[in-house]
Amino acid sequence: MRRRAVLAGLASLPVFAWQIRVEAQTGPYSLPPLPYPTNALEPHIDQRTMELHHGRHHQAYVTNLNNALKDHGEAAKLPLQDLLAKLGELPESIRTTVRNNGGGHANHAMFWEVMGPGGGRPSGELAAAIDRDFGGLDKLQEQFNAAGLRVFGSGWVFVTVDATGKLALVTRPNQDTPLMEGGRVLFGNDVWEHAYYLLYQNRRGDYLKAWWNVVNWQKVGERYAAAKAGKLSI
Amino acid sequence: MAFTLPDLPYPHDALVPYMGKETLELHHGKHHQAYVTNLNNLIAGTDLEGKSLEEICRLSFNDPAKVSIFNNAGQHWNHILFWKVMKRGGGGKPGGELLKRIEHDFGSFEAFTEQFKTAAVTQFGSGWAWLSLDGDRLKVTKTPNGENPLVHGMRPILGIDVWEHAYYLDYRNRRPDYVAAFLNHLVNWEAVEQELHNALA
Repeated sequence: MRRRAVLAGLASLPVFAWQIRVEAQTGPYSLPPLPYPTNALEPHIDQRTMELHHGRHHQAYVTNLNNALKDHGEAAKLPLQDLLAKLGELPESIRTTVRNNGGGHANHAMFWEVMGPGGGRPSGELAAAIDRDFGGLDKLQEQFNAAGLRVFGSGWVFVTVDATGKLALVTRPNQDTPLMEGGRVLFGNDVWEHAYYLLYQNRRGDYLKAWWNVVNWQKVGERYAAAKAGKLSI
Repeated sequence: MAFTLPDLPYPHDALVPYMGKETLELHHGKHHQAYVTNLNNLIAGTDLEGKSLEEICRLSFNDPAKVSIFNNAGQHWNHILFWKVMKRGGGGKPGGELLKRIEHDFGSFEAFTEQFKTAAVTQFGSGWAWLSLDGDRLKVTKTPNGENPLVHGMRPILGIDVWEHAYYLDYRNRRPDYVAAFLNHLVNWEAVEQELHNALA
């Protein structure tokens, strides 16, 4: 009975572990635990997809990134956002691997953080910025979904935020990220087929629409405040 | 003369268990169909209308104003070849002139399969791995998204689709297992040999 209670306690630990900020992370990098159970985003994102996406795809990016950096101690000491902003300074032999897998690590760490089961709507300064830069949440969603449909093959749709709080919509192929140009990502959606194929198959448009149900606007608001304070990392 | 979706040369369940029925239904009936529909819509009324698929691939490649045309034309061409080079009970080793050329150009059939697997597994994100005739030599290459070796002056005779939609329902994240199953159980080497002869002619 006692042992079972201890095990139950351990099992619940990852739910709280997200409070350890990923932003300070330097190599060797590790897979951040999901901030919610794998079934928390049902029915919009299914449990099986979350298990594979977090436990297999994201884990593989972390493993491959660490392997690429294991003989490059100086680079491995950099915070992830700095590593990605300095790809051009890395030895050519590891540059593409770090770009793909470091980008994959940063993108997915952000992705898990900006989702949650709660729903809700943007508020405060974030809502005002969305109104100012996109003409409202409906317009942002419309433009974001259209951009997501236009990504041919694997990639991401992002809303970026600069130090003044200005928002912009961008897409990137594969695991590239605006961090690679020194930018900051407020939030983004993964349009690799692995993100939606089990539940939506070829219907990427349906996935893009449903995804707004699992955006954690409170977390996005915190990221917005952090960006304006110069404290947003990945 | 609009482009049309070619029929699959086998039933949707012919490649089970190595490629599932649902995968083939979606891949052929939805993904490939969408490329054909989009291509027809995009070229209607332009100077590309009426040109051959290969001409459209070559003329639109690397043209920033024709990116969507290229993507859909490339994918139409790529999938036409892809359906042809698979069959139920495929895999194993080719024979005849194809095997001779593979052994001559790669050292051995096993050396070829290693190169092909590596290309297919290391193509990051969506894309394809190929066996092509480059001048008089066979060569293995990989391309992203809808690109193909045609636009690099080669003649593809075998291609594997490594977009996740080609294998995610059957293999999830395990792309290497899909690539191995393709080589061991799906490749229609007689069809690939026919493609070689077409390329040489």
